[in-house]
Amino acid sequence: MTMTELLLLFISSIFVHNILLSRFLGCCPFMGVSSKLKTAQGMGAAVVFVIVLASLMTWITYNYLLVPLHLEYLYTLSFILVIAALVQFVELALKKLNPVLYKSLGIFLPLITTNCAVLGVAVLNMNEGYGLAAALVNALGSSLGFLLAISLMAGIRERIEDNEGVPESLKGLPMALITAGLMSIAFMGFTGIIK
Amino acid sequence: MSKNNHFRIITNGILSENPTFVQCIGLCPTLAVTTSVANGLGMGIAATFVLIASNAVISLLRKMVPDEVRIPIFIVVIAGFVTVIEFLMKGFAPELNKSLGIFIPLIVVNCIILARAEAFASKNGVVASALDGIGMGLGFTIALMFLGSIREIFGAGTWFGNPVVSFEPAMLIVLAPGGFIVLGCCMGAFRAIQARAAKMKGLGATPAEAKTSGCGCCTMAKFCKKLEADEDCEAK
Repeated sequence: MTMTELLLLFISSIFVHNILLSRFLGCCPFMGVSSKLKTAQGMGAAVVFVIVLASLMTWITYNYLLVPLHLEYLYTLSFILVIAALVQFVELALKKLNPVLYKSLGIFLPLITTNCAVLGVAVLNMNEGYGLAAALVNALGSSLGFLLAISLMAGIRERIEDNEGVPESLKGLPMALITAGLMSIAFMGFTGIIK
Repeated sequence: MSKNNHFRIITNGILSENPTFVQCIGLCPTLAVTTSVANGLGMGIAATFVLIASNAVISLLRKMVPDEVRIPIFIVVIAGFVTVIEFLMKGFAPELNKSLGIFIPLIVVNCIILARAEAFASKNGVVASALDGIGMGLGFTIALMFLGSIREIFGAGTWFGNPVVSFEPAMLIVLAPGGFIVLGCCMGAFRAIQARAAKMKGLGATPAEAKTSGCGCCTMAKFCKKLEADEDCEAK
């Protein structure tokens, strides 16, 4: 892939194919951890960190272990194990090496193991047949898109929470879903920037 | 266990503990595959198969698995069955497999399945666990088909591919934003009906109130709760 193609992939993975608003990956934290802006940003940062690392590890696992052994069909099983082991390892490593970073990201890490965004990006990279550079660019773009969307969502939700106009039965999750729908309509406007 | 009890385990998953509308878990596949009824049905069947099989196997293994490593072991069991259903779909329903795409391997991280393994199968017998899998799977399938019907009828004007309406369908409902909005409205309506039913029975508090936080009994809910609690402490 040329530099221009990589740049296009980066921008389209943030805005056009936003991982939350158009691909529907990682909706659980998007709805569960988005009621406060600070928590949402912490979660987003942890997701960026884990998705990029996990994409690197799963790319290596697929291309240097599963393909040579003709075991491609075991990708689901091996990817989830690699991701789970990686998250555990990162948690331990951060605790020892960088306690400051651990304090801000550490609490989010156990949440991320069973997050479909991480496995989803790994499977997408494999299905699209990306090389290492493209896989990493796609991972970085997708996860930054996650950070962007969850921060916007938390900002909106902080304001909705105190609004008396929301009907009783729509409070909380239903209202958050409808908000996400309106955000998704806004993001559809980006479709035109990449042909 | 009596027959009555078996029946209750199944209806539990369909109504009072419906994974989509009451527990609000497994949102990603719910939003992504309900663009048509057929897709919703296909995803529901695939998830039900994995739920029944993994619940039964995990229930059999429950006394052998050490507590510390139970989650990784559950995930390996689930991933095995997901690989099986992926092969079956590729072989017998290639069209469906194509339209569900990435969401078939993602059944592994669907919180419904892990949540049932953790909350039910690791504590109950094989028969009860398999029945719980059937109930939860049916509840999930019904919710997916319901949402799929609304989105297909109003968004594409068809039902199972047959044209049914005379008005101009709104394309937006089939696209991504429609998924969020339709699910939000349905969940709100479900809560309103529940609240009204509770009021008619003379109960003060609505049953939905206890679960407004959303995550329901997702295995990860306790981490979310802890996060929110930590934030509150810092704020004070």
